[in-house]
Amino acid sequence: MIGRPIDIPIRAENGDEPVSHGNALPLLHEVRHALERLLAAGEETVIDLRSIPMGPGDEARLEAELGTGEVSARLETAIGPSVALETRFPGVWLITHYNSEEQILSRFIEVTEVPAILRSQPEDVREGLDSLSEQLLQQTNE
Amino acid sequence: MSYDKTLGEALRRQGVSRRGFMKFCATTASLMALPPSMVPAIAAALEQARRPSVIWLSFQECTGCTESLTRSHSPTVEGLILGQISLDYHHTLQAAADSAAEHAREEAMKENYGKYLLIVDGSIPVGNPGYSTIAGISNKDMLLETAKGAAAIVSVGTCAAYGGIPKANPNPTGAVAVSDLIKDKPIINVPGCPPIPVVITGVLAHYLTFGTIPELDDAGRPKVFYGETIHDRCYRRPFYDKGLFAESFDDEGARKGWCLFKLGCKAPVTYNACATTKWNAGTSFPIQSGHGCIGCSEPNFWDLGGFYKALSVPNDPVTLVAGAAAAAGVAAGAAMAMRNRKAKADAKSKHQTVTIDDLEK
Repeated sequence: MIGRPIDIPIRAENGDEPVSHGNALPLLHEVRHALERLLAAGEETVIDLRSIPMGPGDEARLEAELGTGEVSARLETAIGPSVALETRFPGVWLITHYNSEEQILSRFIEVTEVPAILRSQPEDVREGLDSLSEQLLQQTNE
Repeated sequence: MSYDKTLGEALRRQGVSRRGFMKFCATTASLMALPPSMVPAIAAALEQARRPSVIWLSFQECTGCTESLTRSHSPTVEGLILGQISLDYHHTLQAAADSAAEHAREEAMKENYGKYLLIVDGSIPVGNPGYSTIAGISNKDMLLETAKGAAAIVSVGTCAAYGGIPKANPNPTGAVAVSDLIKDKPIINVPGCPPIPVVITGVLAHYLTFGTIPELDDAGRPKVFYGETIHDRCYRRPFYDKGLFAESFDDEGARKGWCLFKLGCKAPVTYNACATTKWNAGTSFPIQSGHGCIGCSEPNFWDLGGFYKALSVPNDPVTLVAGAAAAAGVAAGAAMAMRNRKAKADAKSKHQTVTIDDLEK
């Protein structure tokens, strides 16, 4: 006997309901403790989001809870872009590294005054100085 | 790229700034499952790393492991890692065949004797060597010959690590694992059917970064990736702790994403990184798509009983750690993970109440 489709006990889920497996909140408590340490002792914290068990919806919930703050910086490196976003809690940054195809390589929460990757690096400054000097030298010669 | 250039120099030449290098190191640390606090040490080591010669041998296998690696999701960073090794022989990927290919292997062995990294996928038939030969050379002879000059051996995939499907009962070819034949070299097992691509590259990155082999567990697996069970790292773990189980693949519990323990999930006895690293650009893993773990990274997983037969229930299914979290009214997944890292040994001993021997009960 062939069953009619109506006999198959399937019920469509309501797609509007936010799905979360409750793994975002404990992480926010971690962040709160990290913020306290930053204020009290200047201690910085980095949390690798790839090492945390996340169910469907957990990461979206985390992002929603953290929100967005005053700073959003996009870096264009030779191995793809990165985004450093200060959340609505000053001192809590969400750093996302992408490859050149805009796929996420790694993701971190950094609790710090300014993420290290935003600072100009001495090696790059030295190279920049060389190229500025060369540029000026060329103009002097013209 | 010349052999004597360091990774730091190679990256600079490709126009990668220090910021780009910091990003590379942060991602590599994540890849190696090392804490972010290790990034400066990784940066210092990677900057000075030189590319090792790698010989890859494929024996009785389905090429799934090579597929897994070459389809890995982060082409730039892993491309840089792979670009930083010299893959001198891989008969599935290289254009040369037969004696020309074997010549490449012999050359690489001669030039880098005692220093090259040997990667093996597939098991080795010792019952009748005729079951699998390459250019007329039996798998066993090729392995023994190539292993002699290797600094270390990486057994990629469950077949090379433990015999895998070819070794499954009744094992018609007399298949054995690499470690059954080689006793005098360090062997890193990277099991899985296939292994997670970033775990393969993570092990290579570790070797490249530190020049040593990572700390291994009893089954020869790197502890950083195989140190905890899928169950301990599963986002559905809170449902297990609350006693909420799917009873069939189409019931209410299955739809709500409850624990798959009763449907034969082998996560409690399976050590792998799937639950956090996931597959396909971190999209999902078997349990997230609604199917239990089949335990593919465990020795002899193929002969350990039905995939849909439930493990026996441990005497104390809710651990002290989970109990405390549940009592505090906190859904325990991420909290568990953090506590577990601090009290890993304790949590682990709790979970060893379910063993492989319980599978058939």
